[in-house]
Amino acid sequence: MKRIESLNMNRLTKQEIPKAPTKIKHYLTAALIVLLIGWSAYQTESSFIDFVEGFPNMFDLLVQMYPPSWSYFDDIVPAMLDTFRMAVIGTTMGALLAVPFALLCASNIAASNWIYYPFRFILNLIRTIPELLLAAIFVAIFGLGPLPGIFALAVFSMGIIAKLTYEAMESIDKGPLEAMTAVGANKIQWIVYSVVPQVSPYFVSFVLYTFEINIRAAAILGLVGAGGIGEYYDKTLGFLEYDKVSTIIIFTLMVVLLIDYISTKLREKLL
Amino acid sequence: MKSVARPVKPKKNRFMLWSIYVLLAVIYIWALSGIPIEGFKETAGQITKAILSGILSPDWGYVYLPEGEDLLRGLLDTLAIAILGTFISAFLCIPFAFWAANNMTKGKIAAGTGKFILSFIRTFPELVMALLFIKVVGPGSFAGVLALGLHSIGMLGKLFSEEVENIDFGPIEALKATGASGLQTLWFAVVPQIIPGFISYTLYRFEINLRSASILGIIGAGGIGTPLIFAMQSRDWSRVGIILLGIIAMVTIVDIISGYLRKKVV
Amino acid sequence: MIEFHRVTKIYPNGVVGLENIDLKIEKGEFVVIVGLSGAGKSTLLRSINRLHEISSGEITIDGKSITKAKGKELRRIRRDIGMIFQNFNLVKRSTVLRNVLSGRVGYHSTLRTVLGWFPKEDVDLAMNALERMNILEKAYTRSDQLSGGQQQRVSIARALAQKAKIILADEPVASLDPLTTKQVMDDLKKINQELGITLVVNLHSVDLARQYATRIIGLKAGQIVFDGSAREATDKRFSEIYGKPFEVGTNEADREFKYESIN
Repeated sequence: MKRIESLNMNRLTKQEIPKAPTKIKHYLTAALIVLLIGWSAYQTESSFIDFVEGFPNMFDLLVQMYPPSWSYFDDIVPAMLDTFRMAVIGTTMGALLAVPFALLCASNIAASNWIYYPFRFILNLIRTIPELLLAAIFVAIFGLGPLPGIFALAVFSMGIIAKLTYEAMESIDKGPLEAMTAVGANKIQWIVYSVVPQVSPYFVSFVLYTFEINIRAAAILGLVGAGGIGEYYDKTLGFLEYDKVSTIIIFTLMVVLLIDYISTKLREKLL
Repeated sequence: MKSVARPVKPKKNRFMLWSIYVLLAVIYIWALSGIPIEGFKETAGQITKAILSGILSPDWGYVYLPEGEDLLRGLLDTLAIAILGTFISAFLCIPFAFWAANNMTKGKIAAGTGKFILSFIRTFPELVMALLFIKVVGPGSFAGVLALGLHSIGMLGKLFSEEVENIDFGPIEALKATGASGLQTLWFAVVPQIIPGFISYTLYRFEINLRSASILGIIGAGGIGTPLIFAMQSRDWSRVGIILLGIIAMVTIVDIISGYLRKKVV
Repeated sequence: MIEFHRVTKIYPNGVVGLENIDLKIEKGEFVVIVGLSGAGKSTLLRSINRLHEISSGEITIDGKSITKAKGKELRRIRRDIGMIFQNFNLVKRSTVLRNVLSGRVGYHSTLRTVLGWFPKEDVDLAMNALERMNILEKAYTRSDQLSGGQQQRVSIARALAQKAKIILADEPVASLDPLTTKQVMDDLKKINQELGITLVVNLHSVDLARQYATRIIGLKAGQIVFDGSAREATDKRFSEIYGKPFEVGTNEADREFKYESIN
């Protein structure tokens, strides 16, 4: 009977054992991250001890916030309506502005590179500015009230919708576009007959999505005086009326969740 | 000439369509009528011009002041808040992500609770969290870190839990078949699948948090927002200008780096 | 009607698409262009309505140079040329009627077309075109709910609504099964004979070309290597030209064609 040789692992002489790739990159990245975090903690003067010491304060706060002041609800309803208003008009204005902007940013629609590169650059600049900052600037220009809030949301929305829309425009089927060129359509007819029908369900979905974001944003723009329910935080926190703060928070949550739900359902039906 | 009858335009959808139009019209009319337009302040035009000129001739001296309290320090503050906040949330949201994932938790109710908690944290306005944290640990960057951290747990938690729900169960089966323990299976079969998504979402969240961090200062939670609001209130437009430029520059640079890293990870 | 004067197309990477093409297509002809993939069929066809630009030479339609035309003039010329594509190129979400009417946009102002205010004559025209193609009943159906053959018929109806004098067809049957192929080719033949519309069609299959064309043009590497009637296009001639064996029923072009249609 032949003896079956056991698997001899030392027999790998025909080929060289491959070298394991160096892990230096991983170690360096890990070290870098630890460094960044350590520095951040130092820079922000964060300390775990402070947090633990602050714990009883937090507990205190939570106790004072519960139960919410139900009577306060009525006081803030007009402000909540204002907030809703701001979100509606701001989103709409932003959507209207986004249409031409997106057309100018789409590489398959804009007539030349000299057009869409600069416009994309401008779009990116607009999108770096947070909405509260826009609101603060507009308040400085237009004074207090919902109007600056609406403008801030309009610019902010335009940034979001235009980016999503131009990306959608670049991924549509090129066939119908070619067909419209062959038929002799001018640029506007070409856009209306081949681009618009393909992009419009996505566009509406993006607008609804932005509306969801704007409702949340509109609820706090008041902190800089731009109207809506946000200004009430200042008052109630200033007077240490934490139960009223809860009311504002809960009311906001309810509205946001409701709008989110409706919006998500609508978006599902579209696509 | 026509042998076949011409089809008529279908009418059944008309009713739904028109009722939607009417509803929208009502909403818009109500919305527009509620805005107080007292006419723009006469100063509106002046101020716009002032802001624009402030942006075009910014206060370069503010960029670096030896005594501190300058633009660079403010931006670094902001950056630090965003980094720490994002890191804390990335770390802490992992258990929540698994809790909320349908395929990891036994029972839909348990997973549902997890999802609900994440949803709650997500919808809670960030700035309000910051305001509350200020009451707890005092004003300053730390409050900002905590607020961003907590809010991001909600955001990241949701994205991660969806990532976890989409994993391939094959490798998990394979590991189980070799006799690996629960934790080992997690480490060898689950974790490698979700790491790229994890890193990508964290970076994406970091980009957003940086923007949020830059305005936390407006309500006193540290970062460049505080000097910004002071400058606005004292109408020092060239200072506002340089701070705006600083924020735009910082966010753009971070966006570019982050975008590059995210492409490498996927 | 369509004239090519020393037309050459060289791609940016140096590849020669068309080389010194001189061609004259008279009104009412049913021309089929055949050739292997990459021979330049698509380039030739698409340069007629300037979807592809040429590097040198001139193409005239009814005496008017489309090569030199710009803006409105170019669109006017295109308006009189209908085109049907391998992938139909209909707007999927729009109804059949809207797709056919989109062929009329070159005839009206931007405002009218953007709002969709086509005059009654246009709608009648569109309906007549649909009737001619035997799909009148689908006028208000969404295009993506039609079969491939039906979509191609809509696309031909669009060209008819344009009142096109020339119809270009770029591999119109490559995505269709053999039965539908015959229907569509029959439709094209009918339009050519009954309405006198000039037809220039790209086809993979020489056999199919022989069945329908009045004139066959063979392209090889950007040059015309055959130009004659269907009868002259024998397998022997094509073997000489293409250097590959051509047999009836099992020739390479047919096999290519059958493969495409199963897809």
